[in-house]
Amino acid sequence: MPPGLHLQGISKQFGTGDASVLAVNDASLTVDRGEFVALLGPSGCGKTSTLRLIAGFERVDAGAIEIDGTLVAGDAVHVQPEKRRIGMVFQEYALFPHVSVLANIEFGLRRMTATDRTARTREILELTGLAGLEGRMPHELSGGQQQRVALARALAPNPALILLDEPFSNLDAGLRARVRAEVGEILHAAKTTAIFVTHDQEEALSLVDRVAVMLNGSIEQVASPHELYSRPATRSVAEFIGDANFLPGVAHGDTIECEIGILAARQQIKGPVDILLRPENVELLAAQPGLPAARVRHTLFFGHDQLITVQLPTGTFLTARLGPSDAYVPDLPLQVAVRSPVIAFPRSS
Amino acid sequence: MSGESGSTEHPRRSIAFQVLRKAYSSGPLSREGDAARSTVQRYVGFFFRGLVLLIALAMLLPLAYLIFRAGGVGWTEVLGLLGRTRMLAIMWNSLILVCGVTTLSLLLALPFAWLTERTDLPGWRIWTVLAMMPLVIPSYVGGYTLIAMFGPRGVLQEFLSPLGVERLPSIYGFTGALWVLTLFTYPYIFMSIRAALHRFDPSVEEAARSLGYNGLQTFLRVTIPNLRPAITAGGLLVALYTLSDFGAVSLLRFNSFTRAIYVQYLSSFDRNVASLLSLALIVFTIILLLLERNSRGKGRPRYYRSSAGVAAPRKRIELARRKWLALAFCGAVVMAALVLPTGVILYWLLRGLASGESLAPVWAATLNSFRAGALAAIAAAILGLPVAYAAVRMGGRLMSFAARAVYLGYGLPGIVIALSLVFLGANFAPWLYQTLWMLVFAYVVRFLPQAMGAMQISLLQMNPRLEEAGRSLGLGNRAVFRRITAPIVRPGVLAGMALVFLTTVKELPATLLLSPTGFSTLATQIWSATDEAFFTRAAAPALVLLAMSAFSIFLVLMQEEKEVVSG
Repeated sequence: MPPGLHLQGISKQFGTGDASVLAVNDASLTVDRGEFVALLGPSGCGKTSTLRLIAGFERVDAGAIEIDGTLVAGDAVHVQPEKRRIGMVFQEYALFPHVSVLANIEFGLRRMTATDRTARTREILELTGLAGLEGRMPHELSGGQQQRVALARALAPNPALILLDEPFSNLDAGLRARVRAEVGEILHAAKTTAIFVTHDQEEALSLVDRVAVMLNGSIEQVASPHELYSRPATRSVAEFIGDANFLPGVAHGDTIECEIGILAARQQIKGPVDILLRPENVELLAAQPGLPAARVRHTLFFGHDQLITVQLPTGTFLTARLGPSDAYVPDLPLQVAVRSPVIAFPRSS
Repeated sequence: MSGESGSTEHPRRSIAFQVLRKAYSSGPLSREGDAARSTVQRYVGFFFRGLVLLIALAMLLPLAYLIFRAGGVGWTEVLGLLGRTRMLAIMWNSLILVCGVTTLSLLLALPFAWLTERTDLPGWRIWTVLAMMPLVIPSYVGGYTLIAMFGPRGVLQEFLSPLGVERLPSIYGFTGALWVLTLFTYPYIFMSIRAALHRFDPSVEEAARSLGYNGLQTFLRVTIPNLRPAITAGGLLVALYTLSDFGAVSLLRFNSFTRAIYVQYLSSFDRNVASLLSLALIVFTIILLLLERNSRGKGRPRYYRSSAGVAAPRKRIELARRKWLALAFCGAVVMAALVLPTGVILYWLLRGLASGESLAPVWAATLNSFRAGALAAIAAAILGLPVAYAAVRMGGRLMSFAARAVYLGYGLPGIVIALSLVFLGANFAPWLYQTLWMLVFAYVVRFLPQAMGAMQISLLQMNPRLEEAGRSLGLGNRAVFRRITAPIVRPGVLAGMALVFLTTVKELPATLLLSPTGFSTLATQIWSATDEAFFTRAAAPALVLLAMSAFSIFLVLMQEEKEVVSG
């Protein structure tokens, strides 16, 4: 069975000459049928451009896009958006302001017979919990309801692929978690392949099967949320996902030598490296007489945990995430220990 | 990349802000303050409604006189007059002219606006300006250029006569009037559609594409329905303009209402007939206004964006090979509506200069036109804004009556307003008669709806939630108006003023009849010169008129640029 979506080295440049920007740079990605994948990256990394290339609103400069095994872009092929069997949920929802909720949802169902259309609409209204609101006009709905109408409208024609562009960024924080869970459930129930663009890592990590991290136009890593956090493929991914400390060291195959001792390496590596230390893998122990001590510089107490920043004898800062039981006062002398094995990245410069 | 920064901070902050404000404002003292303030607000509201009503009544003055005049005519006399004046033929003429001009204007304006606003048409900025430029050519100048080009002893005839062509097909009558009025009024629809396209979120169209609709289907099913308020507003302007146009139809000898009225007034000295014809014309206007209201459906249109946030950056549709077809279309329109008319004017100007025409009277006329236009624009802004606000935001029959009353002024042909005011001035206000103020009043009665149209569009654009947000942050009615409504509406007001200035400078019939003695404007100079077939003498004022109007359009465009940059 072909994958739900396949991107093969796609590139897109905007503008010409000096003003040109390479928005998408040789990005590749494969999404299984029925899978829910997040395209995660900071502002301006090219993720919305990638989505618009998949939807067909922009033409690829290079590379190829296949949806459900059908080539839709590349090799001088450009299938128009309306022929790609996609459903799109826009950041601004883009509901048709001149027609009702019902007409919005039925918009993509014009090829069905009247009875099929009624049945499908009812099914979608039930699925999205919009039953009873079908007579309203878009401006009469709350943000969360508009969001669900946008999703219902995209799902109704049973598309091969659903594309969601920052779908929760217009909702206020209180509503966001709830709507996010609802959308997750609806998409899961609909069993549609879905791509979801976001700059919010919490959103991405909590919602989807796999996350594709996009940085500077390229997809750096595609992995499950757990793997992405515990085994980032590059230093940039490690920096972008979660909090990270980096400690310089020298690797000798299985071991890495650094300021706080000799650590076990997770993978074979040699030469100068940056060791990734997640705050929760840093432990703080009582100072031992005769050894140079690290000192507490800054504390942030959250209740369920706390973040303690210490300065090592050489001046490097490390942040540790600890349980709430111990109190740390500034300038307290400490010893730093690390849970092994650790991940290290070759130092570039 | 667009709008990827989440707008999470602002709602949160404003909620905190409201909570704080509530905490500070609780207590008996501030509640007393609230009560006092609401009493003041009630008085302000009452005063405001009174003001709106007063403006509306002033605009109704010429109409009231007409009814008063016509009321003096007996029924048998009326029937006799109707028989003699061939009323049915005149009605039919006006009807087909209005329908023809509005339809043709839409057929020109809609593709033109779409091409310049939504596609990668080469030089779309320049085409946008060129598309609006024909507004600077008054219909009587257009009629004059048509006659001077294709009429007997026109340019074409001069070129063809050596080839033995003695006679060209006549351009007088319906064809000529349709041609001239379409070419010089379509920019009204163009501008209104363009503004609406500019506001319309392109991702709504992309949504339709993703739902299986091709470009054309999307245009028909999504874009057009959303442009309907703009098309109706622009179409109504064109229809009303056509109905009340005097210059083109009389020059081209097409017997629609305005020409018939003028002919009656000149030939029979019986103002009762002119009044009756005018009343029939007003009935037509009322029908148009009712059509407009019905097309809007129940309630007011609420087509402003349904969600908060910034629109995605616009991606222009690639025309590819269709580019040439698009360029040919735009080129043909601009050629017919702009290049040919100016070319003909320049031709006659050069011929005039060669034969030693003096340019001194043109300067004095320019100053006079400028003064009258500026005064009318200022007056229209002052009087139009309260009525526009009341029409869009305040409920009640009285306020909607006020808006309709103001719109009625546009249906009153200038010649009728002028006659009405001549009589009123001579009989009831001799101190006002034959002054510039009387003339400005006539202009305002005629052109206030233009200012109001622009203002209403920008008021409709303003989401009422914005005002409510201001109120919730502790601003009073007046503070909300000053700090929120006014800055958002200002571009609309300026656009409205520019439009009033433009049309005032071009205005002919009221200027002709109401100008103080010796007060010669560009329009009256062109008219009298054309009337006496001195084509060379009409050329210089026509050119100055063109330049002034062009500057006015430039101002409107600059304002829009500013909006785009700051928005």
